[in-house]
Amino acid sequence: METRTLTLHVWRQNGPTGTGSFKTYEAKDVNEHMSFLEMLDDLNEKLISRGEEEITFDHDCREGICGACGMVVNGYAHGPRERTTTCQLHMREVFKLGWTEVWIEPWRAKAFPLVKDLMVDRSAFDRIQHAGGYISVRTGSARDANETPIQKQIADSAMDAATCIGCGACVASCPNASASLFTSAKVGHLGTLPQGVPEREIRVRNMVAQMDAEGFGSCTNHGECEAACPKGISVDWIARMNREFVRAMVTAKDDVDARD
Amino acid sequence: MIELKSREPAGPIEKRWTEHKANSKLVAPHNRRRYQVIVVGTGLAGGAAAATLGELGYNVKAFCFQDSPRRAHSIAAQGGINAAKNYQNDGDSVYRLFYDTVKGGDFRARESNVYRLAELSIGIIDQAVAQGVPFAREYGGLLANRSFGGAQVSRTFYARGQTGQQLLLGAYASLNRQIEAGTVTMFPRQEMLDLIVYEGKARGIVTRNLVTGRIESHLADVVILATGGYGNVFYLSTNAKGSNVTAAWRAHRHGALFANPCYTQIHPTCIPRSGEYQSKLTLMSESLRNDGRVWVPRNAEDATKDPSSIPESDRYYYLEERYPAFGNLVPRDVASRNAMYVCNDGHGVADAPDSADGKRRAVYLDFADAIGRLGESTIRERYGNLFEMYERITGVNPYQKPMKIYPATHYTMGGLWVDYNLQTTIPGLFAGGEANFSDHGANRLGASALMQGLADGYFVLPFTIGNYLGEVRNLEPLDEDDAVVRDAVRTVEERLTRLVDAPDAKTPPEVFHRELGNIIWSKCGMSRSGEGLREALEEIPKLRERFHREVRVMGSPGGMNQNLERAGRVADLIELGELMCIDALTREESCGGHFREEHQTGDGEAKRNDEEFSYVSAWEYTGDMAAPALHKEDLTFEYVKPTMRSYK
Ligand SMILES: Cc1cc2nc3c(=O)[nH]c(=O)nc-3n(C[C@H](O)[C@H](O)[C@H](O)COP(=O)(O)OP(=O)(O)OC[C@H]3O[C@@H](n4cnc5c(N)ncnc54)[C@H](O)[C@@H]3O)c2cc1C
Ligand code: SF4
Ligand code: FES
Repeated sequence: METRTLTLHVWRQNGPTGTGSFKTYEAKDVNEHMSFLEMLDDLNEKLISRGEEEITFDHDCREGICGACGMVVNGYAHGPRERTTTCQLHMREVFKLGWTEVWIEPWRAKAFPLVKDLMVDRSAFDRIQHAGGYISVRTGSARDANETPIQKQIADSAMDAATCIGCGACVASCPNASASLFTSAKVGHLGTLPQGVPEREIRVRNMVAQMDAEGFGSCTNHGECEAACPKGISVDWIARMNREFVRAMVTAKDDVDARD
Repeated sequence: MIELKSREPAGPIEKRWTEHKANSKLVAPHNRRRYQVIVVGTGLAGGAAAATLGELGYNVKAFCFQDSPRRAHSIAAQGGINAAKNYQNDGDSVYRLFYDTVKGGDFRARESNVYRLAELSIGIIDQAVAQGVPFAREYGGLLANRSFGGAQVSRTFYARGQTGQQLLLGAYASLNRQIEAGTVTMFPRQEMLDLIVYEGKARGIVTRNLVTGRIESHLADVVILATGGYGNVFYLSTNAKGSNVTAAWRAHRHGALFANPCYTQIHPTCIPRSGEYQSKLTLMSESLRNDGRVWVPRNAEDATKDPSSIPESDRYYYLEERYPAFGNLVPRDVASRNAMYVCNDGHGVADAPDSADGKRRAVYLDFADAIGRLGESTIRERYGNLFEMYERITGVNPYQKPMKIYPATHYTMGGLWVDYNLQTTIPGLFAGGEANFSDHGANRLGASALMQGLADGYFVLPFTIGNYLGEVRNLEPLDEDDAVVRDAVRTVEERLTRLVDAPDAKTPPEVFHRELGNIIWSKCGMSRSGEGLREALEEIPKLRERFHREVRVMGSPGGMNQNLERAGRVADLIELGELMCIDALTREESCGGHFREEHQTGDGEAKRNDEEFSYVSAWEYTGDMAAPALHKEDLTFEYVKPTMRSYK
């Protein structure tokens, strides 16, 4: 089992208003089987033992599914391994690259205000979903689940979009800090399924409007988001969302006309 | 004196829930918005309850400690959710699901509750599909099913190994709709640290805003706890890092009885631990046992050999040999214990010996046969993301080499005692999902927790809450300035100050947590003995005392402080750990997840004792941690006659 010593430069910042800076730590006995977060746990334990405040970072499931964790590691959102959340990044991957120094930063985006150290506020994502990320169905009123067969390809495609874990790496990696990949995955998941069709237009209009209101940048097709996305959400969803949005704006006008 | 009234309806079991509903009180639609409901926890149980209560028109406040409800631990469930749809026409029915669950729970659950669960399972799938949950489908466009640990029918619905995430996203979507509609107010990054009880009824909670550190009181007419399980008492478990018992434990200290704490489930298929620094264990869904074969080398000398060099005749497929009828699909406790036994006997195949006892703690889960029979692409289709996860963590490709697995703590059947209405022994305090003890007896069947959480949340709680409010109608007015509320806030503030100012502060909370985990895992884990439990009961109080003297929390309670959050959770887990061992010691029998070494048959199978132990142990907090008071709820079985479980 291989162990190494790494030099970590970690962004420390006490709160949203403070000014932050990198602080340098020596991480000793880093073992190839550790996850990146376990390396930080170990450092934190040592910091507490010697009377320093630990490094704050979000995490929970540590299985790459809750979307809580996320930090920029040597410039890569979630670190260098593709399709991998920070909690699932194992140190053997870092060793392979021969890194001896690692710079660790929070997601940086105007719409994700910093909470502390490596932790940011991603509630903007929740608000985008409040605006329309649902199918209006009342509990208990649903019909038998097999009443409407759904083509396997369609169900699979909806599932591809639904795998988004809401981590925010797409925003963090985008030069414009755009939330298009995330929003398009949500719009795509529901809009692809027949159940989601009745609200398809109003959904895309409202979610896109909320995305803009939150202060995310616009998409100029860099494609960095797809590369950083731990779930491999494809940028094709953004193109689909844009098409749907244009169509929905046209019908929105019709709605207005119809009411006049 | 607390009296345990299960409030089960009488009459034919298939009519009980319907009649109960017909006889319950309702709240008229225009009155509902006058009632304030607090839901703590927004996993499947809490998220579904909050959304549905909001939809009904109640005024709901929902709380979670994560930054978004979409991250509750339910998100991590992989394998699937059961429902008695009988879409496969393989003989399934509500009765069969009921029967399997009572039997699987080793006759330690309440029949009426279990029947209702089976009955409600059907509507859950309809609800989820309508919400847009993209369950797996067949080429004909209908829903696909698979069979799951212990079941002889295919009743499990799944979504590409991330069923929990998809179901939670469904509940979260319904919640979002209510947040947008203004019926639900969501309070993320808020941790409940105490319950407010006024004139004998639950009337609110005290929370800490995890970002600002502010201690707040929130008042209500009724409080629901859906705060998940306490598996992290073992330190290493498959639960998310944040999962904890604080909310339930605080309620317990206010008089809510805690039922069957010793019933914990050890999951057979997890990635073995690799070292001291390990922060959690990762589950490999047990659906893998449908196609994977479990084995170890027959000769202990082969334990470190390359598995492909071990000929078929030298492989010990111990589950298939010992349990021919069920083979690799025996229930979780049986599979787990057998893995422990073969490793105890020196057949284990872990890369390194365990630091505690020198045994190599891992067994093979081998897909070579299935890949040969079905082709790699079918296996990839079924388990692709699990295989990928395995490779990520271990660096080994399981399409080419067998996986190595070992049991880990996974689920807790014990929890707050609740009656048929899911009400605890504190009026106005309800508990749903993994936080209550209700439906799984001494052992939970695979794919049944998601079902139970959603049944509680969508269908049971919204109804029984209405009945409670209809009964109590107008509660005494209570405001934030009342002495009871201010005292509750002050008590929490003082507790936090004590954690920050421990007299001899020097040790991070994790160190105590790990020690607790070692005690519980070795003495109250897969197998328990009177002797070991008595030792644990010597050790835990000392650990508790040392914790409060030496725990070190840096920073102040006045802002974001994860060090403080963890310390508070560990403090409560230590107290719960002691109760667990007391419970395990008094239960002089083996049943389900509780295996007492003194109570086994000649060939090592669990020996239940229905004469003396056919009851629920419900513990009352007395102020003396070492002497809680035991209350018993007797269990009667009118439909499924207790038999010895046999998977031979
Ligand atoms: C890895 C894994 C895989 C699993 N796979 C399956 C499966 O395939 N099928 C199956 O049926 N079951 C499975 N289970 C079990 C199942 O996932 C859980 O039992 C179930 O999801 C629990 O749901 P819940 O709503 O009760 O609680 P949780 O989802 O744990 O939610 C708890 C909620 O309470 C909140 N909370 C807790 N304490 C506080 C507090 N003090 N203050 C404020 N909020 C608080 C949390 O923020 C969270 O929102 C699995 C479990 C694990 C660990
Ligand atoms: S699209 Fe990908 S990167 Fe963006 S939030 Fe979803 S999972 Fe994360
Ligand atoms: S901690 Fe859940 S995705 Fe990383």
